[in-house]
Amino acid sequence: MPKLSNMSYKNQRILIIFLFSLVPVVLLLTFSYLPVFKMFQYSFTSWNGLSKNMEYIGFDNYKTIFTKPEYFAVFKVSLYYFFATFVQMGLALYFATILSFNVRMKNWFKGILFFPTLLNGVAIGFIFLFFFKPEGTLNTILDLLGLGALQQKWLLNPQLINISLAFASVWRYMGMNFIIFLGAISSIGSDIYEASEIDGANRWHQFRHIIIPSIKRILQLNLILAVSGAIGVFEIPYVMTGGSNGSGTFVIQTVDVAFKYSKLGLASAMAVVLLGIVVLVTILQRILIKEEK
Amino acid sequence: MKKTKAVTGLAALTLMAGLFSGCSSNNNNATNAAATNAGGNTGTAVEATAAPQGDAAKDIKGDITVITQRTDIVDTVFKDYAAKFNEKYPNVKVNFEALSNYEDQIKIRMSTSDYGDVLLLPTSVAIKDLPDFFEPLGKKSDLEQQYTGLEERTVDGISYGIPITVNFSGVIYNKQVFKDAGVTEVPRTFDQFSAALKSIKEKTDAVPLYTNYAAGWTLTQWEADLATVAGDREYVNIGQVASDDNFVPGKPHYELYKVMYDAAKDGLIEEDPTTTDWESSKADLANGKIGTMMLGSWAIGQIKGLAANPDDVGFMPFPTNADKILVPLSDDYNLGVSIHSKNKEAARAWVDWFINESGYPTTEGGGMSPVKGAELPEILKQFAGTDITFDTLAPAKAGEEGWVDAIDKEAEIGLWQPDFKKVIIEAAIGNRKQSYDDIMKELNDKWKAARAKIVTGK
Repeated sequence: MPKLSNMSYKNQRILIIFLFSLVPVVLLLTFSYLPVFKMFQYSFTSWNGLSKNMEYIGFDNYKTIFTKPEYFAVFKVSLYYFFATFVQMGLALYFATILSFNVRMKNWFKGILFFPTLLNGVAIGFIFLFFFKPEGTLNTILDLLGLGALQQKWLLNPQLINISLAFASVWRYMGMNFIIFLGAISSIGSDIYEASEIDGANRWHQFRHIIIPSIKRILQLNLILAVSGAIGVFEIPYVMTGGSNGSGTFVIQTVDVAFKYSKLGLASAMAVVLLGIVVLVTILQRILIKEEK
Repeated sequence: MKKTKAVTGLAALTLMAGLFSGCSSNNNNATNAAATNAGGNTGTAVEATAAPQGDAAKDIKGDITVITQRTDIVDTVFKDYAAKFNEKYPNVKVNFEALSNYEDQIKIRMSTSDYGDVLLLPTSVAIKDLPDFFEPLGKKSDLEQQYTGLEERTVDGISYGIPITVNFSGVIYNKQVFKDAGVTEVPRTFDQFSAALKSIKEKTDAVPLYTNYAAGWTLTQWEADLATVAGDREYVNIGQVASDDNFVPGKPHYELYKVMYDAAKDGLIEEDPTTTDWESSKADLANGKIGTMMLGSWAIGQIKGLAANPDDVGFMPFPTNADKILVPLSDDYNLGVSIHSKNKEAARAWVDWFINESGYPTTEGGGMSPVKGAELPEILKQFAGTDITFDTLAPAKAGEEGWVDAIDKEAEIGLWQPDFKKVIIEAAIGNRKQSYDDIMKELNDKWKAARAKIVTGK
């Protein structure tokens, strides 16, 4: 066996880099690319998820999806999360900006805002289930504030259920956006602020003309992530309502088709369609938000 | 310095080797599994593994893993079972594994060859696929002498599972609530039942009918009462398949869920169904905060265990307008042996022992024993001598096995899924514009289309 120490330093470097990157690449291939490849394969079969024989049925699954309007009707629900995305980004940007200046108990606030991101999504579902109960936290607080008249059955009312769920989603994911914005804002040199202050700029001017242009790229990235997230909403409605009462999303429907009705082939095709939509939306965003050269 | 690098390199190499060997051994398993299955699938060379009796029991050796859904008693009651089992089979070591979400978790594990030696047959596995995963337990015609309820998991005359208990389904109610509401006679027809619910609403603080909408699966318990509404043991597996009109007025499905719809519409259910909680609902029924719930016999023991006065918890058949009252007996999970088990004899011994001698079917299972001639459970003795009959469902006609399930899945109706029940409740409380008839019509259209496909496709 050739000794490692006999190799030149350069070759050793190449070997080590190769070996170390092999591990994540193999993991990536096994757990990301292979399943996606398999998903494409399954989407052309009528496999039930367990049977030993898989029947190839060509594009039948895709035909089913595109000819039955009920499979796409659920995208209406995604609109709630889409609009919630902007609320989420706005809040995240607001808090990130404020906390990037000198504020008392700055780190404490950062911790509070980031905390929901650390929690498990299922736990958050259960917390908010209790929060929205008729005799739950939200209604109790409203009562204490003397706003008893505003009490609602938050998950029963079909007009409110998706707004309630989108609220829980905003609560959960805002911390992540916030921390990314904060990081981006921190990278702006303090000399720029000082210079602008000498020129007489107030906080709003600083925000408008320094912060926003500096973090534009990050803003776009977050927007793309948030919008594709809105299309693929799953865990909060799934844990809290199981998609009932008009809160079902496309992903919940896919999971139902796969595991309730044992149509893994059809569900794979739905997943492929979803993937296509996300890719399309991302490309559209890149085109619409053109970078200035 | 050089040495460190060599070590790092080696470490990386070992790691890689580990990864690859891990992968390759898995592959081998998979190929083996496929090969075995291909053999088993031909269905010709079916030989049952029977557990020998008497002294031969001492010769059975090996470790077996028993997978169960009873997370609550796996470390207590099941440990005692194992000890008693060892008195008879001293050389078998029994390990237990309990899965909290049995159905979903076992299904994923069944795509490998590692799913224990003894396990419950998942209900979502298509009946015709059972031979690929489970060891044949014997010819149905032979086993029938000894057990009831075999027809649900039998393929081509060979049985793959024995029910761990036989359930009966209907209404579990609180006798004290009924007394307080002034309902003295157990309601029998739809009208009597709805009148009883109304008086509970008027005269007591209890919720007349708790749907457990949020838990979802609890709504599927209604489907088990279909045979009672039909008043015919042949309806579920034979009548349904033969008809294009499964959900039209007058048919059992229509009548069955009309009870649900009307109760919800008249405000006889919980205030906010979307936030119900299964665990607390059991205690609420036990202590008179809930009047009735539609469940199977398996729940009676759990509810009584929470009651201050267990005698308050009663069982009655689902209301019906049929001439006679039929309470359907149906299998709980079936117990079977994995086709990949290395100690099939020991595994089979556990299956036989568990069903016949552990006492599980009546005690922990809470239903009836599948063993023929076994004594009826206490709660059913009150029905002796009445016009209420307990009977298993008639199996499907030869060649039509599994059609109900196939049509149901093709149509995406979900007879045993909560979805359309949820839609019914949502419509009843005014969250949807559809009427009850709209929902039923939609289901019937789906049924008809799917039935045409399945019946002609075979």
